[in-house]
Amino acid sequence: MTVTAAAPLARRNPVAKLGAALLFTLPLVATLDPVTPAVALAVELVALPFFGVRPGVLARRAWPLLIAAFGVLVSMLLFAADRGGALLVSLGPLDVTTGVLSAATGLVLRIFAVALPGIVVFTTTDPTDLADALVQNARAPERFAVGALAAFRLMPLLGDEWRMLTVARRARGADTGRDPRAFVSTGFALLVGALRRGVRLAVAMDARGFDSGIPRTHARVSSFTRADLALLVVSGLASAAILTLAVATGWFRPIIG
Amino acid sequence: MSEVHLRGFGWRHAGRRAWAVRGLDLTVRHGERVLLLGPSGAGKSTLLAALAGLLPEDSGEAGGTIEIDGLDPRKARDRTGILFQDPQTQLVMARSGDDVAFGLENRGLPRAEIWPRVAESLERVGFPYDISRSTAALSGGEAQRLALAGVIALRPGLLLLDEPTANLDPAGAALIRDAIARAVGPDTTLIIVEHRVAEALPLVDKVVVIEPGGGVRAQGTPAEVFAAYGEDLAEHGVWVPGCRIAARPSRVAPTDELVRAEAVTIPGRLPAVTLTVRAGEVVAVTGRNGAGKSTLALVLGGLLAPVAGRVTGFGDRRPPHRWRARTLTRRIGSVFQNPEHQFVTGRVADELALGPRRLGRPPAEVRRTVDTLLQRLRLEKLAAANPYTLSGGEARRLSVATALATAPRLLVLDEPTFGQDRRTWLELADLIAELRDEGHGIVAVTHDGDFVRTVADRTSVIGGPAGEERP
Repeated sequence: MTVTAAAPLARRNPVAKLGAALLFTLPLVATLDPVTPAVALAVELVALPFFGVRPGVLARRAWPLLIAAFGVLVSMLLFAADRGGALLVSLGPLDVTTGVLSAATGLVLRIFAVALPGIVVFTTTDPTDLADALVQNARAPERFAVGALAAFRLMPLLGDEWRMLTVARRARGADTGRDPRAFVSTGFALLVGALRRGVRLAVAMDARGFDSGIPRTHARVSSFTRADLALLVVSGLASAAILTLAVATGWFRPIIG
Repeated sequence: MSEVHLRGFGWRHAGRRAWAVRGLDLTVRHGERVLLLGPSGAGKSTLLAALAGLLPEDSGEAGGTIEIDGLDPRKARDRTGILFQDPQTQLVMARSGDDVAFGLENRGLPRAEIWPRVAESLERVGFPYDISRSTAALSGGEAQRLALAGVIALRPGLLLLDEPTANLDPAGAALIRDAIARAVGPDTTLIIVEHRVAEALPLVDKVVVIEPGGGVRAQGTPAEVFAAYGEDLAEHGVWVPGCRIAARPSRVAPTDELVRAEAVTIPGRLPAVTLTVRAGEVVAVTGRNGAGKSTLALVLGGLLAPVAGRVTGFGDRRPPHRWRARTLTRRIGSVFQNPEHQFVTGRVADELALGPRRLGRPPAEVRRTVDTLLQRLRLEKLAAANPYTLSGGEARRLSVATALATAPRLLVLDEPTFGQDRRTWLELADLIAELRDEGHGIVAVTHDGDFVRTVADRTSVIGGPAGEERP
């Protein structure tokens, strides 16, 4: 995994990490102001070293968010209905006001504040450990957790398969340009291939007794300790504190009403 | 230890008119080791699936009886283990040890017993790595050994092997045969389906031949069966040991140069290779797996740009990978290792018509080309079939035919004969020799020694000494 060794929080139970991320981010969705997500983001960045995620790794995984953020910014500037507040710049028919800017900043910050914990959890968690924890600590169905894990193992094959299919199409006389139809038909061929492999894998799993109906035992232990519980409690409290702060300072703007 | 009894057993897959297997009477005793033979389409894989209890009752129609130790195979699943062809679709977990443990978890074995069992199974198949080794970092042969460890960890009384080496190069296949010999004790009943008969014989003490029409044609020790039925079996596509193949020497001298590759290199994938292909010759490209043979085929086929070096041919200033696809298909035809990769339509006839149509040939000419190819490659009866439903041999013939449809002078074939039954093999060898004598230039990437010996005019070895592939 792409984390550094001294990372006390990276080693926590995957279910605890996932739960903590949800507990921390879900309440943030309740408000539209820019200050709440800004504070949350600050807290997340402070917690980052404890998960041992290096900034470079984070940047690599988070760059698609920048595109999303840019898209939000542009569409808010163009289409925001609420054009209240002081006028800052007038771009032809578009009035950029403090109201527009505050709403746009709020949204962009929210994207980052909500997505960052998820990225951190998946960067610091081994898929096998996550499946073990889901089954043993969160009582997720075995067929779902182990099945998803097995499917996950086949994912890297899809990249090779895509390259092979594209090359094969050129050999059949279709230029590998940007023709959307070619893209769709290659995608379809990829899907068909993936389904066939999935079926074969499912048969092989059942041949090894996956569908026997005997309660499965677990070769690896996934334990949920007091430290894991503490992680959940602390993130719940942190998120409550941030919301309280927003209400107390008058920034809180409920999403409903 | 398990015993198998079949009386008049048959199975017809739902939605099919023909029976996959029919009228089988067979007894396999405790600890017997059986090689199951029969031409393509005789239902060998269906029989193994039935024995493994993997044919649900509602997925077809059964006839007669099939019993393992007196039980329906679906109820005897804890006594059987099955190993399939493709290791990629058998491994479940990301780490090797976890994968062996998977089946033991399914059986509800207590944790304390799981890990010793994992270690013992890995030891028995000669797995060379630690239990934390990533399953994605294994070569084909290593992955298949791991899959075998996962099966024998369950200590099946009946072990079924469905062409366990078909997807592996010769070195990987040898590793698997060694692993089977080491891992299967005298108390395990063994049934193997395997094309490479000579190589499978050391593992078995009995041969059973089943017929496509139904029933068991012959059974006995290998010596008995091959003495009595050897020629007949060879005729039907079985690779009978000791049956030599006649060479197909060139009847014409090579003429003009078609393509020349000069020091083409792709770092990490292809060492510098220089190669010339002329019209009227078959050039075999050999070398250990991972040496870059398939990559070279893509470069020569104009499908991949070399990082260094250059490819020239057909009097064109530009290298093949810069040509328009339509120009390319008129000059160079590529046939991929996995035929399914190159199918893009839903009918065999459409598949053949696609290339000429894209070149703008008139409909009457397209029809002529399609009819000629269907006939030449014995695909007439399959003209309306979906390419994805063809057998391995049929799919290979179709993929060669699609490349021929645009009449290219150079053909680049990746493992054209690998894993084919004897009959398809001979057909392909004859076809390639014929095409050469008609003036085509042919490059065949292969590790099929028989092909090199009997068809190739020249051999080019790339990469280092023979070894096993590592992805």
